Amino acid sequence: MGKYVCNICGYVYDPAEGDPDGGIAPGTTFTDLPDDWVCPICGSGKDEFVPE
Amino acid sequence: MADVYKAVKLTDRVYWVGAIDWTIRDFHGYTTHRGSTYNAYLIMADKITLVDTVKAPFKEELLSRIASVVNPKDIQVIVSNHSEMDHSGCLADMIKLVEPEKVVASTMGAKTLQDILHLDQEIIAVKDGEQLSLGNMNLRFMETRMLHWPDSMFSYLPEEEILFSHDAFGMHLASAERFDDEIDPAILQYEGATYFANILLPYSPLVTRLLGRVGSSGMTLKYIAPDHGPVWRKDIGGIIGKYGEWAVQRPTRKAVVVYGTMWHSTEHMARAISEGLANGGAIARCMSLDVFHRSDVAYEILDAGALVMGSSTLNNNMLPQAADVLTYLKGLRPVNLMGASFGSYGWSGEAPGQITDILKEMKIEVTAEPIKVQHVPRENDLARCYALGEDIALQLRRNKEVA
Repeated sequence: MGKYVCNICGYVYDPAEGDPDGGIAPGTTFTDLPDDWVCPICGSGKDEFVPE
Repeated sequence: MADVYKAVKLTDRVYWVGAIDWTIRDFHGYTTHRGSTYNAYLIMADKITLVDTVKAPFKEELLSRIASVVNPKDIQVIVSNHSEMDHSGCLADMIKLVEPEKVVASTMGAKTLQDILHLDQEIIAVKDGEQLSLGNMNLRFMETRMLHWPDSMFSYLPEEEILFSHDAFGMHLASAERFDDEIDPAILQYEGATYFANILLPYSPLVTRLLGRVGSSGMTLKYIAPDHGPVWRKDIGGIIGKYGEWAVQRPTRKAVVVYGTMWHSTEHMARAISEGLANGGAIARCMSLDVFHRSDVAYEILDAGALVMGSSTLNNNMLPQAADVLTYLKGLRPVNLMGASFGSYGWSGEAPGQITDILKEMKIEVTAEPIKVQHVPRENDLARCYALGEDIALQLRRNKEVA
């Protein structure tokens, strides 16, 4: 499962870790994140993310 | 401008050429009780370099201080460590006047500066770890994204062991003294913590990571030169250590009681809660929003273990000043807090419930039902408030995470 990096702040979404504070379970692929998911660091939307 | 404004020497080859703003008190909603400085630095390398500029109205002061060392037109390189207007406000004018060979910023900085200043000049983007030769000296760049903007970047001058750290390690403090060892440590501690709480708190996990990167980078530091407040040359370990502590936000037994009141009823409740807290062994801070500003509350929250928030109900809502401080604190994303709410009301009493909802959204552990009192609290109401304070104090004492 690929990692994705936020273009704005550099945060890396790692599917293995998920985003527990944002209610995302480990094992969730980036594609499977809900459309309204935002970067836990800077608040940018999914469209700011690119594959690492 | 008269040549009363002189540069201050850090080393034989590096000067402070910034501006002192003695009168600013409202920094985009952060109350700066002691004013501020906008720091810029001049590196007298083979390629004369200016690190950051100042807020637009202070351009003449910047130019005068530079001119006390060198003709500003001799500057060949301008580095922008942070694009925010208090540091880039006169960058466009400086570029026109100086016509530098290069203006450099981080990748995000190069973009942000164009969005802010709409420049004709190209801004050269430098990458994390990249080095720029200034002839006999070098600048090494380290991206520090989101500390506190996406563009933020450190510049390190190894030949003089100076870290130009943009807003990090800074504070809003206007002073004629330029170095940490010339200023009362208690003031440095207070203003440094206030700055951290109001500017860097949301990005605390990144601060922890950055301190690790700085530690493992092999950089030796004789000076940390931030964009606001004094230059660190004595207690460098002290301020780095404090950043480590603040970023972790380990709670203490401090409980902050914050309230908005209309006819003093909610205030009586706040005072009763504070008495209960103190009697229970907590450190109570009782802060009326009529006299304390949101940024004062943020300072107290930095090392607090509990936030107890109260508001009267006005037209079915919490008071605007309560909504103000809650919106602000929510953005600062404090962690490791427990909380509760309270308030007096006339007929409907929505405010305490609304506050509790927001505390939960902030991931604050709400440990009690909201206390609501119709109109003026009676003795038994105040006893309930006192008991809430005692109970929160007890929980803080029992919590092993609490320092």
